[in-house]
Amino acid sequence: MSEEKKADRKQFASGKLLKKIMADHFYELDEASRTGSKKVAWCTSVGPAELLRGMGFLVYFPENHGAMLGSTRMATELIPSANAIGYSPDICSYLTSDIGSYLQKKTPLTAAYNIQSVPKPDVLVFNTNQCRDVKDWFNWYAEEFKAPVMGIHTHRELGDIKNYQISDIAKQIEELVPGLEKVSGKKFDMDQFKQAVEYSRRTSELWRACLESASAIPSPWTFFDATIHMGPAVVARGTKEAVEYYEVLLAELQDRIRNKVGAIENEKHRIYWDGMPVWGKLRSLSDQFASLNTCVVASTYCNSWIFDLLDPKAPFESMGRAYLELFIVRDEDFKEKYMRDCFEKYKFTGIIFHDAKTCPNNSNNRYGLPERLSKHFGIPQLTINGDLNDMRCYSEEQAKTNIEAFIEQLEERA
Amino acid sequence: MSGKDKRIYIGVDVGASRTKVAVLNADKKLIGHAIRKSGTDFRQTADICLVSALDMAGLTSENVKSVVSTGYGRKNVSFSNGTKTEIGCHAKAAYHYFPVAITVLDIGGQDNKVIRLDDRGMRINFKMNRKCAAGTGAFLEEMSLRLDIPLEEMDSLARMSTEMVELGSFCTVFSATEVLEKIRQGKKVPDIVKGLFFSVIKRILEMETMSGKVVMTGGVVAHNPYLVQMVREISKMDVNTPEHPQLAGAVGAALFAMEN
Repeated sequence: MSEEKKADRKQFASGKLLKKIMADHFYELDEASRTGSKKVAWCTSVGPAELLRGMGFLVYFPENHGAMLGSTRMATELIPSANAIGYSPDICSYLTSDIGSYLQKKTPLTAAYNIQSVPKPDVLVFNTNQCRDVKDWFNWYAEEFKAPVMGIHTHRELGDIKNYQISDIAKQIEELVPGLEKVSGKKFDMDQFKQAVEYSRRTSELWRACLESASAIPSPWTFFDATIHMGPAVVARGTKEAVEYYEVLLAELQDRIRNKVGAIENEKHRIYWDGMPVWGKLRSLSDQFASLNTCVVASTYCNSWIFDLLDPKAPFESMGRAYLELFIVRDEDFKEKYMRDCFEKYKFTGIIFHDAKTCPNNSNNRYGLPERLSKHFGIPQLTINGDLNDMRCYSEEQAKTNIEAFIEQLEERA
Repeated sequence: MSGKDKRIYIGVDVGASRTKVAVLNADKKLIGHAIRKSGTDFRQTADICLVSALDMAGLTSENVKSVVSTGYGRKNVSFSNGTKTEIGCHAKAAYHYFPVAITVLDIGGQDNKVIRLDDRGMRINFKMNRKCAAGTGAFLEEMSLRLDIPLEEMDSLARMSTEMVELGSFCTVFSATEVLEKIRQGKKVPDIVKGLFFSVIKRILEMETMSGKVVMTGGVVAHNPYLVQMVREISKMDVNTPEHPQLAGAVGAALFAMEN
């Protein structure tokens, strides 16, 4: 086994359309920000995007910008600026790198799209379903831009979801409407809202189908591919363009399955990845796994943008339910069962947990879950220490050696 | 060595601190070895170690059947036929010497490993220290510099301790500050050094539960055998070391070379 072997990366024809959607998204926001032609709402990545779209806002997702800061490896240089104004290096490195980016007036949008800065918000809307950090993050910008901030406070550690919890979230979403009307200057239009919910539901269905295509052996794509192709599911959900994109991508994946085209040449091992991507090392990790004939077939992370419980017939209630159903909001028992179900679906032979230093809510290794799952399935598990954006928390050589040793372990068992 | 079979198998372990080469004959007997500081030119150091080890074995490169390299610099060995991780190699060697269910504790120059093997030598699981080097050889090296005590004297000093001083900090730098505080308090140097050893042991024992026989490997144990005795006393387990603990990674690599 040699890691030096050149990894063969199979490109997606739909990649061109993906680039166009992402570029259009940022150009449209930039135009609106500069000219005031449309109102811009900032939204957390699993925030109420459907409502914002339905009310005519262009929606910008700072977490997406955070991921770009990570993948372009700009983050580590920017984080200290946020630390210096009181945001600890131990909290979300999306937050610290994004605020650092603002303070240093540097954004990856410049190199990618010749855009000088992120769009100015007319309103900021969060949902704490992921973590409290998003609220603090948006509060800082609200103060900076003198823009209104509003949000949804979600119940956490949920087992079975109760009707009163769904009603509560649905009500909180509905209560955003008057404030948003004030910002937009337009009356809330239920039909437009329902249309956005319908597009979002359809996007989710297609995104789920894309992700589940990895249950094929060999898998037509990897977790690393999915982290790139999930862009529209995050930034364009609730739009027709996102629906059309995932129709194209799904067809391409199905075509690969029909023709038995695997993402990894000679797929020998199948791995489940739990936790955030290490954005700054995505390419390097992807190449390492490929060179070890290992396909990372599925992940908790990419599954987090599936909201197929959305229903245009009951838009507020179904949004309440869909945003409470998320893995990150749930208790440990749910998470364990969820991953057991994934095991049945994807037939993986090993699990890797990424313990992200600054993201405890997405690091599911900290309460004995790896050991319980390993015992239950009889398959090995590995935890690698790192971070989503702060590369000071990641020792590449150690991580690579751990991964290589893990695959050696799988080979011993094969 | 079986008859006239002069085929030999080489394992090269290019560690963060030292490069080790082991030469095994066809009977898996260690007939030559060399250890040298890895330095900055891994390739050259490995070459020099190979020459020394072959010299010790009384054989030449003509006799070499296969070579496997391991360690951080495993990709930098010009004469290697393949690589394996140091985790795999330490496990391989430990099971070779103790072919039962074992827990391998390897304390290296900048990383620690705990590897649990079943009675067939298959890995059950393994863990390396996190990115911090607390509890590794680097910790003792740093303390030796700060206390101005030669590394090679630490083992005998620790054995002289009558009242061990416990240190609380994870961080190497803060531990040094803590040590200075203990010196100011009039604590004896042997008691402090034993405290440093205890700190190394604590870091590795808290990484994973242990089962079966315990086998300790790595350069830190080779140069500080009192650590083995301390682990035995603390864990109340059957704790062992191979004859050359520092060569375990290289021996494991040579055993893999034999399978090629």
